[in-house]
Amino acid sequence: MTTLAGITQTVPAGSLLPSAAPLQLIDPDGRPGRNPGGLELPEPPVLLELHRRMVLGRRFDRQATTLTKQGRLAVYPSSRGQDGCQVGAVLALRDQDWLFPTYRDTVAIVTRGVDPVEALSLLRGDWHCGYDPYQYRVAPQCTPLATNTLHAVGLAHAARLKQQDQVALVLLGDGATSEGDTHEALNFSAVWQAPVVFLVQNNGYAISVPLAKQTAAPTLAAKGIGYGIPSLLIDGNDAAAVYSAVRGCVERAADGHGPTLIEAITYRVEAHTNADDAGRYRPADEVETWLARDPITRLEAYLKAAGLLDEQAAGRLAAEAERFAERIRDRMNRDVNVDPAELFAHVYAQPTPALEQQRTALLTKLEDTGP
Amino acid sequence: MTATTTAAAPVTTAAPVTTAGLVTTPAAPVTMAAALNRALADSLAADDRVLVFGEDVGTLGGVFRVTDGLAARFGERRVFDTPLAESGIIGTAIGMAMNGLVPVVEMQFDAFAYPAFEQVTSHLAKLHNRTRGHVSLPVVVRVPFGGGIGGVEHHCDSSEAYYAHTAGLRVVTPGTPSDAYRLLRQSIDCPDPVIFLEPKRRYWSKESAVLTADGPAIDRALIRRAGQDVTLIAYGGMVDTALEAAEAAVGEQWDVEVIDLRSLSPFDDATVAESVCRTGRAVVVHEAPGFAGYGAEVVARLTQQCFHYLEAPILRVTGFDIPYPPPQLEHLHLPDVDRILETIAQLQWGDHA
Repeated sequence: MTTLAGITQTVPAGSLLPSAAPLQLIDPDGRPGRNPGGLELPEPPVLLELHRRMVLGRRFDRQATTLTKQGRLAVYPSSRGQDGCQVGAVLALRDQDWLFPTYRDTVAIVTRGVDPVEALSLLRGDWHCGYDPYQYRVAPQCTPLATNTLHAVGLAHAARLKQQDQVALVLLGDGATSEGDTHEALNFSAVWQAPVVFLVQNNGYAISVPLAKQTAAPTLAAKGIGYGIPSLLIDGNDAAAVYSAVRGCVERAADGHGPTLIEAITYRVEAHTNADDAGRYRPADEVETWLARDPITRLEAYLKAAGLLDEQAAGRLAAEAERFAERIRDRMNRDVNVDPAELFAHVYAQPTPALEQQRTALLTKLEDTGP
Repeated sequence: MTATTTAAAPVTTAAPVTTAGLVTTPAAPVTMAAALNRALADSLAADDRVLVFGEDVGTLGGVFRVTDGLAARFGERRVFDTPLAESGIIGTAIGMAMNGLVPVVEMQFDAFAYPAFEQVTSHLAKLHNRTRGHVSLPVVVRVPFGGGIGGVEHHCDSSEAYYAHTAGLRVVTPGTPSDAYRLLRQSIDCPDPVIFLEPKRRYWSKESAVLTADGPAIDRALIRRAGQDVTLIAYGGMVDTALEAAEAAVGEQWDVEVIDLRSLSPFDDATVAESVCRTGRAVVVHEAPGFAGYGAEVVARLTQQCFHYLEAPILRVTGFDIPYPPPQLEHLHLPDVDRILETIAQLQWGDHA
C-alpha cells in the first residue's frame, strides 16, 4: 500500500500547481504571448483550422440564437466568447477519444463533427439527444452540471481496464466546480490514474453568480493539487493555447500518466440564455473589455501578420460560414416529425407490458382526436 | 361471487409461475449472503465484462461478506475498492457501462445510497431513453435494504419506492437464497439498469437448493404458497414473514396464498391479478412507511384489475409513517405475524358468510 511519505517522494507537490498567470501563446492583439510556459505553438495548418472552425462555430452560434428568436428552438445557451475553448479543446482530441459536453458546448459538439441539426435536437425539443454518442464519441449534452465528470472518469477508466488507447475530455464551468460530483470525479480519476482531461471553462459567471461567490480558492486550477492532479491555468480566449494545453494533457493521459485539470479563463459574452437578462448582474463595460479579447480576432490578426491568411481567404471563409448557416437554417425551418409511440420505445430495452398498454391507449386516443 | 362482464379483465397472458415445477436435488444449505457471493463469482467467471466495485468490497469482502474472496480470485482489475463516495461509484459505473463493461456496484447500506440519487435518477435510469436506445447501461446496483437487524439510524431504510417511481430502472428483491442467486445472475445479464435490493435481515437465512439462474424470469412474481382464501403479497425480507403468517393462519381456518413479488418494477400484473381475482381478498406487506409507499401502487393496480372479484378492500400492513425507529423500538414498526393476521381478520369475512 502507498503511504503518504511514498507519495511525497514520488510526486513533489510543487509540480502540481498551475502557473501564477494564465499561459498564453497569442496575446489579444495577435502578437506572440508573453507567458507560453511549456506550451508549444501549433503548426500553421492547425492554426488555420482553429481559425476556420471558430469562424464556422461563431456563425453557428449566431444562427442558433436567431432560430431561438424565431421560435424554432426552445432556448439556446450561447458560447460566444468561449470559441477558443470550444474549438481548441475539440480539435486537440484524437479520433478515438471521447468528449463529455454540457448544454453550453453545442459549438464544441458541432466542431467534433456532430450533424448540427442532430446537435440542436435537445434545444428544438424533438428529443433529449439527437445524435448517436458512439458515432461521434460525444456523450449527450449534460444538463445537471458536473454529473458528466464522473461519466468521463468511468469511461476513461474502462478504456484503461480494456487496454484501449482512449482519453476522455470533460467540459465543465466555474459553477460546476462547486458541485460534489466534480470533487468526486477529480478524486476518483487521480486514485485510478484514469486518462481524463478536465477542462474548466471559467467564464466568470454561473448564470448570475460571479466567481467570487463561487470559491475562495486562488484559482480553480489550484484545486488540482488537493487531489494529486497536475493543473494548468491558461488563457481560454487563446485557441492556440487551449489546443496546445489539451493536446499535451491528452498525450500525457494516453501515455499512462493520469488526469490533468485545466482552467481556461474566458468570458460568456451573451447572457446565460436568451431568457436571461445579464444587465441585472454585470456591467456593460465589462463585456466591452472582453470583446477586445475576442478569440477569433486575435488569431486572425496573428495569421495575417504571419502571412498565413489574406483578405481573399478570409472572404472565402466568411462565405463558407454563410453557406453553413444557410443549410442549418433551411433544415431547421422544416417541421420535424415527432413520433408519440417513441415515448415508450426506449425506457427499457424492451417495453414492459404496462408501457405497451399505455402506448396503445395513447395512439388510439390520437387516432380518434388527433395530436 | 359473481363476475360480471364489465369487470376489468385481469391480464392472463402468461400462466402463473410456481416453484413446484422446478427440479431440485438435495444440496448443502446455503445462506443468502453466500448465494449472492456465488452469483457474483459465477458472473465474473462467465463474462469478462463484469466488474464488482464499491466501498470495502475488495480486501474486506464487504461489510456483509457478500463479496468475500472475489478480489483474491479475480484480481484487483475486476473487483476493487473505491473511494468513499456513492455518487462517484454510480457515476463512474455509468461511464464504464458506456464503454462496454458491466459494473455490479455496492451501496453499503440503503440510506448511504442517497448521495448517488442524482446519478441514479437523472442518468442511470434515463440515458437509454435520452439517446433513443443508442446507449445501454447494464449496471447492477446492489443495495442492502430494510431493517430487522437492530441497526442504528441510516442502516435500515426501505428505499424501494424512490427507485420504483423512476422510469427506466428495474427494481428487484429476492426473498430466498436460491432466488437471490437467480435474480442476481439475471440482473447482471439484463440490458437495463437494475436496483438490486438485498433484504439484509435474510442474509443469514438458509436454504438447501441447487443454485441456478434458470427458472422464473427476472420480471415474474412467484406464488410461494398456494391458497384459496386470501392473497398475501410480500417481497424481500417480508416474504418469510408472510409465509409464517400463512402457516399461523391455518389455525384460523384461512387458506392463505403468498406471492413473492421479486420484481417491484416492472410489476407482474398477470401473476398477481390472477391470484387476487381467484381468492377475492388481498393484503400487501412491506416494512416501508405506508404513506405513498410501494404498497399503494400495488393496491391501486389490483383494485382496478380485480375490482369485481374483490370481497373486501385490499389492505396493507406496513411500517408507520415515521423515520426508521431506533433499534429498541423497531419491533413495533416492522410488520409481523400478529399484525398480518389482525389485518387478514379485517377482510369482511362476516359479510361473506
